[in-house]
Amino acid sequence: MPDLGKYEATVLSAWAVALVLLAGLVGLSLWRAARVRRALEAQERKGGGNG
Amino acid sequence: MSIWEYANPKKFMETSGRILPWAAALSALTLVPGLVWGFFLTPDADRFGSTVKIIYIHVPSAFVAINAWAMMLVASLIWLIRRHHVSALAARAAAPVGMVMTLIALFTGAIWGEPMWGTWWAWDPRLTSFLILFLFYLGYIALWAAIENPDAAADLTSVLCLVGSVFAFLSRYAVYFWAQGLHQGASLSVDRAQHVADVYAWPLWLSIAGFVLLFLTLVLVRTRTEIRARRLSALVARERME
Repeated sequence: MPDLGKYEATVLSAWAVALVLLAGLVGLSLWRAARVRRALEAQERKGGGNG
Repeated sequence: MSIWEYANPKKFMETSGRILPWAAALSALTLVPGLVWGFFLTPDADRFGSTVKIIYIHVPSAFVAINAWAMMLVASLIWLIRRHHVSALAARAAAPVGMVMTLIALFTGAIWGEPMWGTWWAWDPRLTSFLILFLFYLGYIALWAAIENPDAAADLTSVLCLVGSVFAFLSRYAVYFWAQGLHQGASLSVDRAQHVADVYAWPLWLSIAGFVLLFLTLVLVRTRTEIRARRLSALVARERME
């Protein structure tokens, strides 16, 4: 961990906010992708997948 | 082969499925080293102390926030002119990514501004146009969600995207239009007097590359999800009619 001096709280809070938002964006994107994919596969199995 | 073949959802799914693992791997291979280099291996700056480390998240997120809207503008124009559904869905997929990038830029800028400028916020031309861009992102996402007919939603959101482009353009060039405000000029510039020192520039370029590749990866993932969701809705609607 580098010595951030008197701006430690400033630097760490900026990085924490950014990383949390990025992780949330990636996590939500992957979660929704998996959910929709499963739902589509289930629907295609149910309807025979024609069309 | 014409580029418009990729507007076919089936062709897009095949091609994007092949590109996606490479895009994800490349984004990880640029983003992680860029951020680690910037945070752990760069020295403090004379004027800004250790707060200089915030540029490795602030500048790339702001860059992507503006250019995500530019990508949405191109996709919206393709929808309005050629009526390719994949382009409308790609614009829709990019909006939440751009919105989060705008939010990161606003938050990190405010956190940096408090010790450096003595205030979290100022009605500076660039900051204000960036806030308006964020509101446009919110409005764009809400409009897609509010309209049931997908073609009508694509039409209206495309028009909103054209209007919002003014603010995306302003947030990029506001510091040049108005010689006032707190926000400094570009960190990476051909003007050597304005350009940050190389010791900061190289990890910054790597972080920007990482953010751009992450944006590309997320847009591919989310566009594929939108295409699947559209097909799912069609299948469910057909089942109800039978």
